[in-house]
Amino acid sequence: MAVLLVAAYVFITISLLFVIRLYTVVKTGQKHRPGDRGPVAVLVVAGSGGHTTEILRLMECLSSAYTPRHYVIADTDRMSEEKICTFENSKQHSGSRSQFTICRIPRSREVHQSWSSSAVSTLNALRYSLPLVFRVRPDMVLCNGPGTCVPLCVAALLLGILGMKKVLIVYVESICRVQTLSLTGKILYPLSDYFFVQWSSLRDKYPKSIFLGRIV
Amino acid sequence: MKTVFVTVGTTSFDELIETITSYEAARALKARGYERLVLQVGRGLLLPAADSCPQVGLEVFRFKDSIADEIKQADLIISHAGAGSCLEALGAGKPLLVVVNDKLMNNHQLELARQLHMDSHLLYCTCSTLTETLRTMDLSVLQPFLPGQPKNFADFLDRVLGVQ
Repeated sequence: MAVLLVAAYVFITISLLFVIRLYTVVKTGQKHRPGDRGPVAVLVVAGSGGHTTEILRLMECLSSAYTPRHYVIADTDRMSEEKICTFENSKQHSGSRSQFTICRIPRSREVHQSWSSSAVSTLNALRYSLPLVFRVRPDMVLCNGPGTCVPLCVAALLLGILGMKKVLIVYVESICRVQTLSLTGKILYPLSDYFFVQWSSLRDKYPKSIFLGRIV
Repeated sequence: MKTVFVTVGTTSFDELIETITSYEAARALKARGYERLVLQVGRGLLLPAADSCPQVGLEVFRFKDSIADEIKQADLIISHAGAGSCLEALGAGKPLLVVVNDKLMNNHQLELARQLHMDSHLLYCTCSTLTETLRTMDLSVLQPFLPGQPKNFADFLDRVLGVQ
């Protein structure tokens, strides 16, 4: 009985510490300015199809201060790798030396997959996301909605919770979303440091979001 | 030669292909001076023969790596409501008529097409009103669609992250 009580006590204490740390990590994000100390390492979650096109539009305008760039794509995605290489090579021509890698992880959610099986495959994707994020240790994660974002952002938060590194989470909701957030958007809205939407109707519903007009 | 390009994206939309190649619709196109009709039919079951639509010159294909050339050559684009197709057509500055598949309910992709219609960037109809729309539409009401500004995003990020 006593052992059980101690175990319960330890469990509650750890959970409480975890929640407090999570709260601190999320709340203090905006004070964090990695650019003051030099180049900003970025983990770019490319996802697939339209998501990749949109995120590369955002990357087009980021200066060479955002180096190196680690792109994450789903392992079932063939098109994105090509698009990313074409993009990075054209950047190289324009002067800045290209420093990028492409990493593959299992897709956490195929389109139309049910919620319960999504949960299982997201956990599976987390197994790959944790080592990846802990190895790369980016200054920020940039993502825009594919399911792969969630496990990667969880891993990024964990780095902060453990006090190893604060990783900024920058989320840009897809231009397709006018009235409602995507499932990924809903999950990451409370967890991200900068949450961008591209339509004023979403800004009105989500006061924490940042609206700069259409940005892709 | 005035060209209409019809695209259904990565899915299928047989009802659109069937309606646009119907006698009535083809006649409406012809009456507006369109002489060439290019169809991208995706995974659809319907693959109209080149001579099935005598009023206009018909070309049909399922998929291409890029439909940028077809868009560039077109004078009017008729598209499903998919965000990718809409944005590509508008980005190229072409008049766009979106045909909504009313058999797909609660499709979140409709959100964008609806908003772009409200902002007068595109025309909007269903298969049942397509022929009538082709007869009566006024393309001059369409407003140009300005590209998004990723520079604003980059400037914002530079400022909050302290990037010099």
